[in-house]
Order: sequence, then structure tokens, then C-alpha cells
Amino acid sequence: MLNSLATSMHRKPRLRLAALLTAPVLWLVVAYIGALATLLVTAFFTIDSFTGNVVKKFNLENFYDMFTDAAYKNVVLRTLGIAIGVTVICSILAIPMAFYMAKIAKPKSQKLLVALVLTPLWASYLVKIYAWRTMLEPNTGVVDWLFGSLGIHSPGFGGPAIIIGLSYLWLPYMILPIFAGLERLPNNLLDASGDLGAHNFYTFRKIILPLIFPSLVAGSMFTFSLSLGDYITAQILGGKLQMLGSVVYQNFSINLPFAATISMIPVTIMVIYLYLVRRTGALASM
Amino acid sequence: MQKKRLFSRIAVASVAALILAGCSSGSDSASEGALPEIEMMQELGTGEGQVNVVAWAGYVENGSTDPAVDWVTGFESETGCKVNVKNGTSSDDMVALMKTGEYDVVSASGDASLRLIYGGDVAPINTDLTPNYADVFENLKMQQWNSVDGVAYGVPHGRGANLLAYRTDIVKPAPTSWGSVFDANSPYKGKITAYDSAIYIADAALYLMATQPDLGITYPYALDQAQFDAAIALLEVQKPLIGEYWGDYLKHVASLKSGGSVLGTTWQININLAKGEKTPVEGIKPIEGSTGWSDTWMISSKAKNPNCAYMWINHIASPEANAGVAEWFGEAPSNEKSCALTADPNHCTTFHAADDAYWEDVYYWNTATEACLDGRKDVKCVPYSEWVKAWSSLRNS
Repeated sequence: MLNSLATSMHRKPRLRLAALLTAPVLWLVVAYIGALATLLVTAFFTIDSFTGNVVKKFNLENFYDMFTDAAYKNVVLRTLGIAIGVTVICSILAIPMAFYMAKIAKPKSQKLLVALVLTPLWASYLVKIYAWRTMLEPNTGVVDWLFGSLGIHSPGFGGPAIIIGLSYLWLPYMILPIFAGLERLPNNLLDASGDLGAHNFYTFRKIILPLIFPSLVAGSMFTFSLSLGDYITAQILGGKLQMLGSVVYQNFSINLPFAATISMIPVTIMVIYLYLVRRTGALASM
Repeated sequence: MQKKRLFSRIAVASVAALILAGCSSGSDSASEGALPEIEMMQELGTGEGQVNVVAWAGYVENGSTDPAVDWVTGFESETGCKVNVKNGTSSDDMVALMKTGEYDVVSASGDASLRLIYGGDVAPINTDLTPNYADVFENLKMQQWNSVDGVAYGVPHGRGANLLAYRTDIVKPAPTSWGSVFDANSPYKGKITAYDSAIYIADAALYLMATQPDLGITYPYALDQAQFDAAIALLEVQKPLIGEYWGDYLKHVASLKSGGSVLGTTWQININLAKGEKTPVEGIKPIEGSTGWSDTWMISSKAKNPNCAYMWINHIASPEANAGVAEWFGEAPSNEKSCALTADPNHCTTFHAADDAYWEDVYYWNTATEACLDGRKDVKCVPYSEWVKAWSSLRNS
């Protein structure tokens, strides 16, 4: 029975292909593109102002509200600023760490370091963010308690706290691609550069950076897109500050169409970002 | 290349099909004024074995929070209805949960109840099937937020005022007025808190009602455009003073404890929880009066377990359960007979259960509608959906 099935499959390559691809294509079209399409469609609906029921009638009111209210422009700029800040901080921290792991550490400690970089991913997101809340609590938090006497104080809850929290959360996603990129980088290139008299920084700028650029872009796609959609960190560490995700969270239960409209913003930003990345050619060499 | 094109065509076609499907499915939504007709249950049958409840935290306690606090286990063994509870975080959240049709019962505040009634999400109740309804205080029955045209849509649960919380060790002298949270020169700048919901606009309106009589506000849920703009302007003044807005009551209690928030609006249960953690905090009803809540147990129009649902709302309105909730949550019970059963014999006096004068300046949460709720006919009021937009705009600017 199984044998004959295998034989008939072998004879009909098209059937074989269909059997293999049906499930993933269905998943891609229904769950993935379908969800996005529903989101797009919902963005053009409105709600009954009294009962909050969704009225399925095409109109542009949500987009009008979004573009005319200055508050939403501010929240977009703020969220972009936070996402860029997180990406920059993660890159600055990740490059030296990844370089040490890939080029300097002994093979034995290299494995240990990779494991250590991954350990924070084992703990729950919420636990980590609440830990940062206790760390950054003004006056009574760990940061103020440890460094208060040195004149270093916690920034309190707000934008800086969100950037610190998110940078901590997404750092492993930046280190790992750069580490992988650096591992592929042949040591003799660095040696050759040194032999020809280049300073360390010059070698970094002219040899290492261009070669790991695709890895840096890969890492930035994680840190940037994950920060762009976050709302829980903003809720816990942000004080009264809100991010785009918070707006969606605030609206989805009361005004689903408006939440859908707002969530088109990060989608659009990511599409533009990916387009720019593609133009640099980083995607091809990834 | 050929294949790629074929695939993208299939993808486009399926997306188009989905869009069409989304558009064509029924668009029957009730508009304001039209009350959906929903049958009331006539006779109580046998229980279905379970009931799914949406409630405020602290309303449905089965002993898992505190072994001594339990009014669910007895009900479960008596009726055979297992109680599955989902705590709603806000009125908006509760409305959204009830719209899913997955839940049988909800403890709706006044800013949710009318939306649920006109949205066709809850059914009128047959008070003959809930004998404990008879003992509910008369001035809680048949109110604007729990009945329409003389038909009851639920059993009153209990009521309370939103209080002004302050840390007794930090805020000196003790505040007496809501003015302390709207004062641009407050010494507690950055440590003031406010409730994170559009309904908080009513708190600003309440303060204006007392301090700026020129605006002519008589009811904080009936604001015409000028009055509404004044309330929003006041909230803009308040925003720089705020350290954190609170939505999650546990986070709020933690902030009171750590000193992150030292002054601001709160619920009695938060004060109780914070005091339980030895936080020096008090809650008062300021001189201007206060906003508050009078909750109603309602039954879903799509209830899958209607019999257990009726048994539950009758049980929760019973003197024993009602006394238990009122004491645990820190509110005034709705059942007259509860007062004799509270562990603290003074509970009903403390919470002014039968003290009608106390409630005169407490404005229970209500859903603002275009037709002014204070009876004015010459102007249009700002409906709640606009409150939500204004709040979202204020929070994100």
C-alpha cells in the first residue's frame, strides 16, 4: 500500500510537488497573507459610535483622523526614534562582543560565550522587563541604590528606560548574526591588513565593517522591527510615554478599525526599510 | 519564471476572495436609539455544568487569592455549575470580551452596560428568576445604566466612589480636593497618577463642575463641545504632573508602595491591598464629590449556559455572597440584608451602604451619548466614541 503510493508519487512529479507544498502554501496564503489582508480591509471600516460594533462600510475616516491628529505624528516619530536608538545601541554593544567571541576567545570559551549570550532568551520577556522596572525605579531602584552616591541616577520611567529595556531584550538577536558573519571572515585578511601597516581602527573600518555589513543589516532588521511593534515594555517602563503598539493596544478593543489603520504604519515603515535594505544589496549576500 | 507568475496570481486571487468574503458578510449593527429585541428567559431549567464569567478583579473569588475569601466553591457544589472567570481590565475590555459571545455573564459598569444593551450583547433579565433581586436597595434598581424603558437588564452588584489616594508620609497636608491633582505647581509633580481610560475625562469634568460654574456642567457624562474642550484642556494641564497613568490595578498598588505614585485617583480595593503591604496610604472622597461605579450583573444574549448564568447572578446578589464581595472589594453592597452578614459589623456604615446623602455627589460611570444625558435638548453632547479618540490623542501627544 505504502509502497504503491510511493511508486505513483515517484511517477508523478507534479503530484509530489503539490503534496509537498499544499500545507506551507495554505499557511502562507490563509494565515499569513490572509491576516494582513484582513487587517488592510478592516482599516477602511468604521464603528458605530455608540455600541462600538464594527460597521462594514468603506470609508477613509480612520486615515483622515490618523493624518490630521498631530498626536499620531508624534507617536510615529517617537517610536521611530526609539527603534533607531535601540538598533544603534545594540550594534555598538554587539560588534565588540561578537568580535571577541569569533576572533579572540579560545574555542572552548567561545561555546560558553554563545551559551551565555543565549541565556537571557530562556527567561520570560515579562520577568526581564519587570526586573528592569525594579532596577530603574527612581530613588528606590537598584540603579539609584548602587550608583546614587556617585551621582549617577536612574533616568526614571520614560523614553530612555524603554530604550534600555528594549536594547537589553534584543541584544542577542544582534550579536548572533554578527558573530556568524565574523566567523566566516578569514583571519588572514586581518593579518594582511595589519602587515601592510593599517591601524586596528583602519582595519575595522575598511575590512571588517564592509564584510560584516550584511550581518549588521540582518541584526538590525530584528532589533528595529521588534522595537517598532513593542507595547509591553512601553507600558511597564515607559511611564506615561506611549509607542505605536500602545495605540493599537488601546484601541483594538474599542475601535478595531482604527487600530488596524494605525497598525498599517509599522507595516509600511518595515516595507520601506526592507526596500532600502534591498537597494544596498545586503539581502543578496546574506 | 512561469511558475512564479502562476503562484503570485493564485496569491492575488485568494487575497481578493478573502476581501470579498470580508465585505459581504452581514453588516447588521444597531444604531443609537434602536433597541435590539432580545427574548427574556421565562423559566429556569437545570444547570449546564458551567458558567463563563467576565468580572472585575476581586468580584469572583474561589479561595485561590486568600483561602478565607471564597463565595464560589459553595455555589459550585450546590448547583453543579463550575465557575470559569475571566477578569476584565477595563470597561472597554469587558465590552470586547462580551462581543465574542464566549461568555455568559458580565459585571458591567455603567460605562459598559448601555453599550452592551444597545449592541444587543446582553439580554433583559427576568427578575422573577432571581429571588434575591427583591432585597436590592431600591435606589439602585431601574437606573439609567441598568434598565431601558422600565425593563431591567441586570442585577445591581454594589457601588463605590473613585477615591483620591495619597501617601500619608509624603503628601502633607492631607489633600481635601481634586484640585491637588490638577495644580500645575504641585510639589508632587511627576508622582501624580490618573486612571488610564477615556472615562477619566469625567473626573476632570466633575472638578470643573465644582470650580468653574460658568461652564454650566451639571452632569459629568453630559458634556457639550465647549464643556468637553474645557475638560480636555484641564487634562492637558495635568499631563506634565503625571508620572504614570494606571490601568493595571496591581501595577498601581506597586507604584503606591514604591512611592512612584504618591497622589491620584484610585479604588478602595487598591488602598486595602496597599495597606496590606504596610504602605502608609489613605483614600478620601474629596469635597467636590467623585465619580464612581454602580455595577450590574448582566447575562449575554448569546449565553450558552443561561441556566447556570441565572443561578450565578442570583447567587452573587444573595446576602452572603454580596457581603463577601463588598468586604473584599471595599464597596457598598447592593443587597440590604448583606449588612447584617459582613465580618466587620460596621462595614455598611463605613461604606455608606444605606446613606443616601453620601451618594448624592457620587456620579456613577455612564456612557456619554449624543443626546445629552442631563436632559438638555438645545445642544448635542459629545458621544463616548469621541471621548475615546480625545483620550487617545491626549495620551499620545
